[in-house]
Amino acid sequence: MHYLLQQIVNGLQLGLIYALIALGYTMVYGIIKLINFAHGDVFMVGAFLGYYGFAVYHLPFYLAVVIAMIGCAILGVTIEFLAYRPLRYAPRIAALITAIGVSLFLEYFSSLKFAFGPDYRTVPRPFTEIHWQIAGTTITNTQVIVAVVVVVLLAFLQFLIYHTKVGKAMRAVSFDHDAARLMGINVNTVISATFGLGSALAAAGGTLYAVAYPQIWPFMGIMPGLKAFTAAVLGGIGNIPGAVLGSLLMGQIEVLTAGFISSNFRDVIAFSVLILVLLVRPAGLLGQAGPEKV
Amino acid sequence: MMLEVSDLHVYYGAIHALQGISLQVGEGEIVTLIGANGAGKSTTLRALSGLIRPRAGKVVFRNEDITRKPAHEIVKLGLVQAPEGRRIFANLTVAENLEMGAYTRSDRKEIEASRERVFRSFPRLKERYHQMAGTLSGGEQQMLAIGRALMSRPTMLLLDEPSMGLSPILVDEIFAIIQEINQQGTTVLLVEQNAYMALSIAHRAYVLETGRIVLSGTAQELREHPQVRAAYLGDVAEVQEAG
Repeated sequence: MHYLLQQIVNGLQLGLIYALIALGYTMVYGIIKLINFAHGDVFMVGAFLGYYGFAVYHLPFYLAVVIAMIGCAILGVTIEFLAYRPLRYAPRIAALITAIGVSLFLEYFSSLKFAFGPDYRTVPRPFTEIHWQIAGTTITNTQVIVAVVVVVLLAFLQFLIYHTKVGKAMRAVSFDHDAARLMGINVNTVISATFGLGSALAAAGGTLYAVAYPQIWPFMGIMPGLKAFTAAVLGGIGNIPGAVLGSLLMGQIEVLTAGFISSNFRDVIAFSVLILVLLVRPAGLLGQAGPEKV
Repeated sequence: MMLEVSDLHVYYGAIHALQGISLQVGEGEIVTLIGANGAGKSTTLRALSGLIRPRAGKVVFRNEDITRKPAHEIVKLGLVQAPEGRRIFANLTVAENLEMGAYTRSDRKEIEASRERVFRSFPRLKERYHQMAGTLSGGEQQMLAIGRALMSRPTMLLLDEPSMGLSPILVDEIFAIIQEINQQGTTVLLVEQNAYMALSIAHRAYVLETGRIVLSGTAQELREHPQVRAAYLGDVAEVQEAG
């Protein structure tokens, strides 16, 4: 029983970090119907920027997170501007292949000696670890910090999307580009803002990931990126609460499989659940099934 | 002239959709563009709003060349469209849809005044204020589409098929409101398949056929024109066969 509780706590930490990545996938898909395969690599860059911030330049942890978020927001906006915007009206497959290209570029460019370098790096703790025993379960301050940061960011995102002008414009654009243009909304600006926001969240996720699972390298974004993408699809791609729900489930499935069956099976079971859910609900758990708009 | 369109050509791929459209709209007028399905009515409005780039020709709005301006800047200049099929944001509330209509404005008090004016024209929108726009009936959605366009305080309103899919009573209601909006000082360019209704409120009219303007004149003249009577005002069965 204690073991189960412990695994659930661990799964929650993983799921919350996935949520920060999955949101970027789902928001970008919602607004331009693109699976941004480079998003996992933006997460990786975020992890490195955070690492440089608190481990190399010894900045306070919160400042390192903020700098990583700003850096990745700029990166995300740049990627959209250079790689995806010229293909806005091209067939979708062109943008998809470009996304894979951007992903590979970020991975291999980061591996260059003058960039982050090809090696694994061990991330020192930005703060001394504290363990609490609650109901027979060990909770660390890292877990608490991960949870607090993620919840604060989710609340901020919720506020932004439902209560600010740019957030409402994002929802309008995701529904109908042309109608949004007719309102005087600069659709390109809104798309840039979406990339910036999604990338900033991924950067926060990357920094937290580097603290919680303290080893980073240029290819670290592939698997979490894929998992978070899966989580977004599981919850219903394009749906923001769905991305969070899917991520939390994904975290639990992975950790519980590793804890009770075998860690060799964690990915198999995680992806099998995705397939099963999609068989029953093709639009995902919270996605709205229906004919796609033309 | 408030709006002057000269020799506008638009292509969809290899299809020559607009083959040299020229038209004018004067300040304070209701001008209607009538024609059958596929004649190029919506395409004309899309080109005026900057949603598609014309290959040749010129659009001048209040002495400014807007031919190659992006759509969002055209809205800022006061040329605003309520598009065909309403295109309301179904995933936003009525309140948020109206707010998006006022996207280019930042004067809160003035926006509030515009909202009150929209509510006076469409009291139904006030009742539905916090509802998701997707749950509105067809008529209410059309009201929202027009109300939303009015929220930007347009100098000139482009209306694309406001009668589409509405019951005759609602059509009467919507057209009465269009007339009222015009009397309050907004110039209107109205695209309609319902030529009878359009000619009953318009000052002048143009008839569009396969991408060309084939007739123009005052609404009165066109109502009496034999060609218009036969093709657009005549027997319904005949029109359908012709179309």
